[in-house]
Amino acid sequence: MIFNPQIILEKLPEIGSGLLVTLILWLVGIAGGVAVGFLVATARRFGGRAINLGLGALVEVLRGTPFLIQVFLLYYGGPFVGLMLDPIPCGLIALTVYAAAYYSEIFRAGYAAVPPGHVEAAECLGLSRLQAIRRVQIPEMALIVLPPAVNLAVILLKESAVLSIITVPELTATVSAIGSQQYAFLEAIFVLAVIYWAIVEATGRLGRVAENRLSRLRTANA
Amino acid sequence: MSLPAIAITKLVKRFGDSTVLQDIDLEIPEGKVSCLIGPSGSGKSTLLRCLAFLEEPTSGMITINGEALGFFEAPNGKRERLPPAQIRAVRAKTGMVFQQFNLWPHMTALGNVSEALKTVHKLPKGEAEARALAQLRKVGLENRANHYPSQLSGGQQQRVAIARALALEPKIMLFDEPTSALDPELTGEVLNVMRDLAAEGMTMVVVTHEIGFAATVAHQISFLDHGRLLFSGPPSEIFAKPRHPRLDQFLDTYLDRGASMLA
Repeated sequence: MIFNPQIILEKLPEIGSGLLVTLILWLVGIAGGVAVGFLVATARRFGGRAINLGLGALVEVLRGTPFLIQVFLLYYGGPFVGLMLDPIPCGLIALTVYAAAYYSEIFRAGYAAVPPGHVEAAECLGLSRLQAIRRVQIPEMALIVLPPAVNLAVILLKESAVLSIITVPELTATVSAIGSQQYAFLEAIFVLAVIYWAIVEATGRLGRVAENRLSRLRTANA
Repeated sequence: MSLPAIAITKLVKRFGDSTVLQDIDLEIPEGKVSCLIGPSGSGKSTLLRCLAFLEEPTSGMITINGEALGFFEAPNGKRERLPPAQIRAVRAKTGMVFQQFNLWPHMTALGNVSEALKTVHKLPKGEAEARALAQLRKVGLENRANHYPSQLSGGQQQRVAIARALALEPKIMLFDEPTSALDPELTGEVLNVMRDLAAEGMTMVVVTHEIGFAATVAHQISFLDHGRLLFSGPPSEIFAKPRHPRLDQFLDTYLDRGASMLA
């Protein structure tokens, strides 16, 4: 048996369409996850005890169960409660909810890392609570969470491969199908690894560039 | 005598079971510099934070220019919280400078100083920035207007923080150990700005470990120990011998920190 990834690369258009689906799932998952996660963290911080505990419990359940199980529950369990979803919407919802749970924790830690004195200074200068949140707490928190947020984005890309099991025609499903057709399973897995790694590497670099650009906005001392 | 800038009566502050301030009575004269000194944990910072309403007194009363801050205590002991708009109006009479500067790292020096002028006072951007720039000029940092806090030295950051508080034209400036987070060679530039401010007749309340500054600039020095105000008076009286034994003991720890001239 000869190891020949060329067999896989001959199917470039199909790989491209799988890659496109993966990228869309990933980017929409990140955008939705960041938006919902931000709202959850903000509601937990400023919304009072009951909201904090309720949302906190939900986040714990989502973080405490494997993504694979969540996807199965939504896809195969959904119909029992009248939720019939096609693979792609189901995958999108699952990935977004999963991302939101983790992003909300990143934002929660980010809020906690803003020095209370910065908020006190705003208060002393007459800024209202809402103005202090909008002008001081949110921008400072956003800078603090950049590195872990990029890290989570990378994890989400890799988790999106799980969606192949509910027949979402994303990268992993597409390429491993080609591998089966061509009797070149190992080659398929190898090509997959290279593509995922390339995207992760590019994302990491982009994140570092952003961090360097924003580094002057961090407090030097104190 | 004219109305004191700040009048503190029977002020008590407790955190849980521990009493941090016990029956403080003090008047801060208008247009003068008052220093609060005392060992760590004596309650001097808490007292200053009460004046900024960052801490709410457990009981007692504070008036600023004759107006009650936060709570109104009737002679029969009944205590009422004042409406938020009124609390805000009285708080606006004071400006606060923190030990850790507390500049907002995502805004330039100019952004820090103009922020409240824009968001609170609703000034147009151009006017707010012109006024902010004038304040930065006053603390000698006009040419650092577009620097971020991380690009400034500690002394420069603290001067920006002073400019930020001054921009709102407070009647009284509160300083909470403004030089304690600075290298010794950077404290001078901050103390000089404060001296200039004192010379202009600004009412200032300064919590400080800079005994030399207190002795030379303050009109009134108040010594706190274990949450009690032990005594208060002009430096000439306070530092004159024979001194209160507790003060002598306290000053001993300072002899090698710039207070040797008082020995």
